[in-house]
Amino acid sequence: MLDSLFDDVKRMNKRQFIYQVLSFGMIVSSALMIWKGLMVVTGSESPIVVVLSGSMEPAFHRGDLLFLTNYPEEPVRVGEIVVFKVEGRDIPIVHRVLKLHEKNNGTVKFLTKGDNNSVDDRGLYAQGQLWLTKKDVVGRARGFLPYVGMVTIYMNEYPKFKFAVLACLAVYVLVHRE
Amino acid sequence: MYSVLTRGNGILTYTLSVLACLTFLCFLSTLTVDYRTAAQMNTVKVVVKNIADYGVSREKNDLGYLTFDLKTDLSSLFNWNVKQLFLYLTAEYITPANELNQVVLWDKIILRGENAILDFKNMNIKYYFWDDGNGLKGHNNVTLTLSWNIIPNAGLLPNIGAIGQHSFKFPTDYTQTRV
Repeated sequence: MLDSLFDDVKRMNKRQFIYQVLSFGMIVSSALMIWKGLMVVTGSESPIVVVLSGSMEPAFHRGDLLFLTNYPEEPVRVGEIVVFKVEGRDIPIVHRVLKLHEKNNGTVKFLTKGDNNSVDDRGLYAQGQLWLTKKDVVGRARGFLPYVGMVTIYMNEYPKFKFAVLACLAVYVLVHRE
Repeated sequence: MYSVLTRGNGILTYTLSVLACLTFLCFLSTLTVDYRTAAQMNTVKVVVKNIADYGVSREKNDLGYLTFDLKTDLSSLFNWNVKQLFLYLTAEYITPANELNQVVLWDKIILRGENAILDFKNMNIKYYFWDDGNGLKGHNNVTLTLSWNIIPNAGLLPNIGAIGQHSFKFPTDYTQTRV
């Protein structure tokens, strides 16, 4: 198996090898383009997120995938699932809006809670922060796909697994001939 | 030619594409379903107090409290692509301070297969009904609505309002006793 793989490389001339490298570059850049394109279409800085905790069970489990939008003209309303960032925490949180107050000048403040948590999120917010505002929101959950995010969770938990997968893919793309 | 690796690769790819295709069809099959239905609700006891929420500040705010009746049949909302309903009862009102206030008073998770015919009498609210200020005393138009968020096996996550709502008034005096 491996011998036959490297036979392919040996039989390649310089041009063919450069072609393989370029096509590898194409794959990487098109993935990047799709991600950035989704950011433009959805208005969210992170259009797809993986659920990392069980705080929204039984709706969302660890490893489920959420598709977000964040259109400024669509108002936040109670009962929606928002993904927000809190100062001092790296990982965005996926929770449901529990209370909302909108002032006459359009400023909104709201409080969130996880379906599986018994108390609201004031304990999770930054010190002294009582409400979330629009600028904290990364996106609103619009679509749901179960289990798919498990791959990225494994990759983050076992970095060796991640490098192994990446290395295999890179070798395959570079070495494999159409 | 057909090594274990190529066979394994073939099986894995085929399984994954069949699963992806089935999931997508499942999503498509319920894309146009109308998830609206009727609900009747009513308030039984309504009181308002003026006390401090020490978790937030020392200032006194209006705290509403109520019990409610709720009657609805949601069993028609379930299909093969509805894993769970998240029901929530919202109080919506306008105050001089805020042009829109929405407070969830009560919620309930109904998984597929669980009883979805609800008939509650004199239920207590689950969350505190704090106003953002002192806008509840004597408020004469607070609207109670029931909504649900549909959690599918795979697909969209719509929030849908029930047909039917209830408006109620708060008393013009604060209650001094414990409720």
